[in-house]
Amino acid sequence: MTISIDPQKTNNESLQPKGWLRYFSFSLDHKVIGIQYLVCGFLFYLIGGTLASAIRIELASPMSDFMPRDVYNQVLTLHGTIMIFLWIVPVVNGAFGNYLIPFYVGARDMAFPRLNAVAFWLIPPSGLMLVASYFVEGAAQAGWTAYPPLSITTPQSGQIIWILSVLLLGGSSIFGGINFIATIIKLRRPGLKLMQLPMYCWAMLGTSLLVVLSTPVLAGTLILLSFDIIANTGFFNPVLGGNVVVYQHLFWFYSHPAVYIMVLPAFGLVSEILPVHARKPLFGYTTMVFSIMGIVVLGLVVWAHHMFTSGTPPWMRLFFTIATAFIAVPTGIKFFNWVATLWGGKISINSAMLFSCGFIINFVFGGITGVALAQVPFDIHVHDTYFVVAHFHYIVYGGTVFIIFSSIYHWFPKVTGKMLNEKLGILHFIITFIGFNLCFAPQHWLGLNGMPRRVAEYDPQFQFVNQISSLGALLMAISTIPFLINVFLSVRNGKDAGDNPWNALTPEWLTSSPPPVENWEGEAPLVEEPYGYGKEIS
Amino acid sequence: MLNKNFYLILTISLVFAISFWIGFNLNLLPAEASINAPIYDELFKILFIIGLIIFIGMTIAVIYSLFKFRKRNDQIGDGIALEGNLSLEIVWTIIPSIIVLLIGLYSYNIYDRMGGMKELNHNHEMMSSNTEKIWAGISQTSDNEIAINNLSIEVSAMQFAFLFNYPKGNFISGELHVPVDQKVSMKMESKDVIHAFWVPEFRIKQDIIPGQPTILNFTPTKVGKYPIICAELCGPYHGGMRASIIVEEESDYNEWFNKNKKPEVNL
Repeated sequence: MTISIDPQKTNNESLQPKGWLRYFSFSLDHKVIGIQYLVCGFLFYLIGGTLASAIRIELASPMSDFMPRDVYNQVLTLHGTIMIFLWIVPVVNGAFGNYLIPFYVGARDMAFPRLNAVAFWLIPPSGLMLVASYFVEGAAQAGWTAYPPLSITTPQSGQIIWILSVLLLGGSSIFGGINFIATIIKLRRPGLKLMQLPMYCWAMLGTSLLVVLSTPVLAGTLILLSFDIIANTGFFNPVLGGNVVVYQHLFWFYSHPAVYIMVLPAFGLVSEILPVHARKPLFGYTTMVFSIMGIVVLGLVVWAHHMFTSGTPPWMRLFFTIATAFIAVPTGIKFFNWVATLWGGKISINSAMLFSCGFIINFVFGGITGVALAQVPFDIHVHDTYFVVAHFHYIVYGGTVFIIFSSIYHWFPKVTGKMLNEKLGILHFIITFIGFNLCFAPQHWLGLNGMPRRVAEYDPQFQFVNQISSLGALLMAISTIPFLINVFLSVRNGKDAGDNPWNALTPEWLTSSPPPVENWEGEAPLVEEPYGYGKEIS
Repeated sequence: MLNKNFYLILTISLVFAISFWIGFNLNLLPAEASINAPIYDELFKILFIIGLIIFIGMTIAVIYSLFKFRKRNDQIGDGIALEGNLSLEIVWTIIPSIIVLLIGLYSYNIYDRMGGMKELNHNHEMMSSNTEKIWAGISQTSDNEIAINNLSIEVSAMQFAFLFNYPKGNFISGELHVPVDQKVSMKMESKDVIHAFWVPEFRIKQDIIPGQPTILNFTPTKVGKYPIICAELCGPYHGGMRASIIVEEESDYNEWFNKNKKPEVNL
């Protein structure tokens, strides 16, 4: 059963501001909310990136000389928190999810438009609060993991503001997750079957299940932690009989699925982008769906691989090794299927395609180090070192952020009706790809050879490799410039895109660019074959 | 068709050859100074070679596709309408499953050889009572393995230093001295926040957890001075929280031990 929504009720056009002002309003339009998520997320990405640059400047020399040591810990804590909770999670879920999911299911808006707007408007205040906590008594400085007892003993105001901020962002994420599940299950236009949905819908369904199942655990954990800090309870405080390892179990019960909350939507997005620019159907639709669901199930039972050195019994280490390594199987299927999608296509080499291929290469690398890290004996040496830092940046930056850029190049014409400049786009890709690999590949060696993570000072023998890494970070910072120039120039004077510049078959391209408020002038089209490339011709 | 297969087999052989060559010739790890280290490096080499084969293979496949199947200017229309290939998909489900399973079994074997799977020793000489809960890292000692010359050291970690208590000599040192080729048994406790004891040359690491002692055993095999590094964020001076482990010949160690030894104090 599908519920048809009355456009007059959910989107009272006369009450909504027009033009650019609507992006600063409590708009109920899923497309406006999507752009709000994207631009807000990108602004926080710039803040988080500035913090990353500060870290790499500090690490260009072995001494702690660029900033005070406690400020360094605040910077790395804010960098991690901002990049995860204010950039990647809101953008791959909130921004693209809100913009695309209603199109894909043939609806005129999300299932709960007001909840949707609330979910977005929780983000700017909590983000600003988090950044502003630096000016109170110093921001949180226990890392984004906030392990007690360190998080209990460091200055309290920063840690409490951090907890409040993450709680609000988690709430926003849960609201979004409920909304996506309801929209995908209940708002599909009549005649559209689940197995005809574009892959991003499946990715968002899986992701939203993870969000709804695991985020409340983080919320509960952080509330207990805040009791320990302000009310002197002893849940995690060993002085009062608490157990610090219990916190780690609870924290990672959310924070490992959080990795899939960050990468599964990217898997969905790349599944939309590759077939369009390769002019071929997505290879193995059914196995792709099953592998997403396989990742969701396995993703919930692997959290303790973050705790192999924490004091876990041997059987637990063994179980989590096997479970973690097996995630490589469904993930591997997806990568083989994407390469098979490219195989025999007529591939347009453009910015969207290059960023997607960059994603495949980077993520395969990060996946391989991930399987290695899942092995207890391997992990025991490199846990909490720069090897781990390199590994997860290959996943979340080389993987997800590459796909965010790929998606911006792909859907910019839909959102604005203008094309992005391809030359600047390819320049952006080249600098990002080289800078990223230069920054993070050498860090594997640093970790293997004895450089722990989260340090402001290190053994002088590592200086040269750290400087290469910092040079890579500089290139990554520079790569944002052609991107920003491209976006600003193209919004004003870009080439007209027409409604469907890529000749794509998914439903969002079967309307005008930019789309009307109700998404389609008439009935929503029934797209039974979103990847039916090559069918009409042959 | 034969020609195509020839190039495919040639490419795959080249990928394997290059991966094996790099795997055997590129050393990415620090010196090996404990009995754990060569076992670890064996696992690392295997994982490195398998990883290289997959990574180089996938990268070649992506780059080749981009060149070979790029859209030429005169081309119109779409690629072939190939929606999947069940047997191919079964192949690339089963082969990775087997690889992952074999890696898992192999690393279990490695972990067992490092001593990680041994049952906790419930009569450990340093345990004050059997009810005390102790979590162990790798290289645990089993009951029948406690040697007479087994060295017991109590480690306390605090912001931002390690202290090493030698109960038999009744003294505390800021440097960890151990004799070469003898099993060292450490009970570690933290006075404040979580720290971690890491010696890269030994390939061992164990968190030091407040309120919950951990034990860690190792056998150094090479005389020398190695860094002990705190690997868990523990506060502003975390990066400076380092100590040294000095592995010496037994005679040098005994000399050092006897110099620092204090007589028992009767209270």
